[in-house]
Amino acid sequence: MSTTAQTRREWLLSDRPQSRLQAKLGRAYVTWRRFSGNGLALVGLGIIVALVLVAIFADLIAPYSPTIGDLKNARLLPPSATHWFGTDDLGRDIFSRIVHGSRLTLFVVILVAVIAAPIGLLVGTVAGYAGGWIDAVLMRVTDIFLAFPKLILALAFVAALGPGIENAVIAIAITSWPPYARIARAETLTVRNSDYIAAVRLMGASPMRIVLRHIMPLCLSSLIVRVTLDMAGIILTAAGLGFLGLGAQPPLPEWGAMIASGRRFILDQWWVAGMPGIAILVVSLGFNLLGDGLRDALDPRSGEQ
Amino acid sequence: MKPLLDVKRLGVRFPTRTGTIEAVRGISFTLGRERLGIVGESGSGKSQTGRAIMGLTPANAEVSADRLEFDGIDLMKAPPRLRRDLRGKRIAMILQDPKYSLNPVMTIGRQIVEALRAHEAVGKAQARERALAMLEAVQIRDVNRVYDLYPHEVSGGMGQRAMIAMMLIAGPQLLIADEPTSALDVTVQLDILRILDRLVGESGMGLIFISHDLRLVSSFCDRVIVMYAGKIVEELPAAELARARHPYTRGLLDCMPRIGEQRHPLPVLDRKPEWAL
Amino acid sequence: MTAALAIDGLGVVYDHYHVLKGVSLRIEPGESYGLVGESGSGKSTLLRAIAGLAPVSAGTITVDGETLGPRRDKAFHRKVQMVFQDPYGSLHPRQTVDRLLLEPLAIHGFANAEERIVRALDEVGLGSGFRFRYPHQLSGGQRQRVAIARALILEPSILLLDEPTSALDASVQAEVLNLLEEVRRTRSLTFLMVSHDLAIITHLCGRLMVMHNGAEVETLDAASLAAGHVTQDYSRRLLAASAGFVRTAEPAAGPTAGRFASAGQRSI
Repeated sequence: MSTTAQTRREWLLSDRPQSRLQAKLGRAYVTWRRFSGNGLALVGLGIIVALVLVAIFADLIAPYSPTIGDLKNARLLPPSATHWFGTDDLGRDIFSRIVHGSRLTLFVVILVAVIAAPIGLLVGTVAGYAGGWIDAVLMRVTDIFLAFPKLILALAFVAALGPGIENAVIAIAITSWPPYARIARAETLTVRNSDYIAAVRLMGASPMRIVLRHIMPLCLSSLIVRVTLDMAGIILTAAGLGFLGLGAQPPLPEWGAMIASGRRFILDQWWVAGMPGIAILVVSLGFNLLGDGLRDALDPRSGEQ
Repeated sequence: MKPLLDVKRLGVRFPTRTGTIEAVRGISFTLGRERLGIVGESGSGKSQTGRAIMGLTPANAEVSADRLEFDGIDLMKAPPRLRRDLRGKRIAMILQDPKYSLNPVMTIGRQIVEALRAHEAVGKAQARERALAMLEAVQIRDVNRVYDLYPHEVSGGMGQRAMIAMMLIAGPQLLIADEPTSALDVTVQLDILRILDRLVGESGMGLIFISHDLRLVSSFCDRVIVMYAGKIVEELPAAELARARHPYTRGLLDCMPRIGEQRHPLPVLDRKPEWAL
Repeated sequence: MTAALAIDGLGVVYDHYHVLKGVSLRIEPGESYGLVGESGSGKSTLLRAIAGLAPVSAGTITVDGETLGPRRDKAFHRKVQMVFQDPYGSLHPRQTVDRLLLEPLAIHGFANAEERIVRALDEVGLGSGFRFRYPHQLSGGQRQRVAIARALILEPSILLLDEPTSALDASVQAEVLNLLEEVRRTRSLTFLMVSHDLAIITHLCGRLMVMHNGAEVETLDAASLAAGHVTQDYSRRLLAASAGFVRTAEPAAGPTAGRFASAGQRSI
């Protein structure tokens, strides 16, 4: 058994891969080895994987309904064997609500990443590679977005579009792409005059091809790191909007909204606001640890050798 | 007479995750008041040899030696303080690119003065005078102007002259020059070498000239050491380079194109595994 | 006969600084032409201007009788390719050799890419064992071979070489020079090569131009340079410098002059 593991390792770390697949897997394995050498990063990854699993199997894990409570018998019960995290003022089981709320958190995080990161990447690389007036226009637009405080701008959007979790996502996405554009542009500027980009230009590649196939992959790793580190902030912004009543609407078990509704009881029944608060804290910490680990593993500068 | 530098079985190792890399593997040589060339290709350990003598080996590396003596001082056992004092005062080093070895936010003159006052108690006015004299010695015209310039305001050749002035102002007995002219244009290269040659000759210091260019080194030095894979494969007087015996030395000499010689294709070095043993 | 490459009064201006001041040259098909000079002589800029990588401010470039416009088209890239100086900077750090060689074929819509890649690697003496490696898994010489394979895979007729061996060890330099000579012979390529090293230029090129400060100093053939028939002072200085260090007794060297005299004149 150990010998097959040994040979598999050698196959992955081989200096002369025999196929495209082996070269890719080998590279992925080296990155994984660097990542897994960092204990805290593994803790972060564990938290995020747990979050995903909880979201997928929420129906199986949650012992009670997240929206229908037992008003007569179970109002504001402290944590116990029957209600692990206690119950809220409507008699709903907080553990079940947090478990279902993980879906909303994940929904927000994924959608924001899917919308904001590509916009930022495209704007940044195009601006950086094209230069001239295209760069000037794109970057001034970016500056304008950067000049607004994130939460206030999101508030304005939600106020215009109406409250709701989807609108909150759009608002957060629109306010979080400018930093990504900045990063992508900076990375692009460092590589655009390199010989390997000149070589591709000499091959007759179109500017779009150069940006998409040669420059973007180089910007990707620093962007992934930055997005991961931003996840915590996105969760907090979503929770903040929820807290202000502009994000998810009752009775959706969104963590920020749960804290908002629990703040009336914070002195006597701490668990109503405290439990979702801890959930936000743990998940944010998980994303930060993961981001730090990815930064060390994906760093393009160390990745070259 | 005791040699200025006595090196016996010097080794430099870099432990890495995948195993130890032996950059220098037990080399021995002595240096008197002469010009010694160390020649080798990239990865031969020539630069690490110079750095080990200078005490500038990276912190993660291990240096070992049966003997590493400079003018009777055991460098292996010397406390860090003593090594710092030696560095710059009695052993100096010139690196390849002056762009990276001169402080970009300090004028050239001040850097030379600092270098002098770090090792000698001299007054400001006197230090300035000696710095100007040193700049003149490296054949910089208009020394008063250059004294007040920043490194980015001068050309590569001028920067390297300033570097030499800075290194030689404390009057070292041993100078280690690691590829001192490789970053320079050929015509400037020779000017720098001429200056080095004169200063070394006048003061009678020992010089270790590290380079990849076998022909340049042999035309400049008294004695040449050829390194391959961390070991010395051949040591010979520079004048007898044409009679080199080791196939690696011969191969290195042969594979360079020469003006007025038609050899097509060029002879290629056939690396034998036993050379690295 | 039309020249493979003709340049007339070429000027390049970067930020109001004239890097190239009206240089003209003419290269016949199959010829190997060298540009020699020190840093700042404009020799690399000339190469980049031909490739369309430097802003041309004056003059014309003609390839196979066709004068180039400000934009290079695909037909030009099929005809003219370039090998860069630094093998560590000219290969994309995140792409395997396979990807690097596939890219030009994909851009120009070549069929049988598989076969061409294998053939290109064989031609530069690497073999298919290197096909799926990343640049950081290759030595400097191997990288330069990959760069040559990439330049040749589109089957150009003109190769621009920007100091292709100056970043390599002497022994590896010989291998790469031999390879370049070999491909030039088998494919009857036209070379335009830039170098600061006169010996390399005379080894590989039949004719050469000495450049200084963005202008031509003189044009000669390699044989007359080897015989020392140069007319300009600057070329003479370059020639002398490439002979290596010569220790001379300085008459005004003062009390230590004797030392130099006794050291005598030595050269190789």
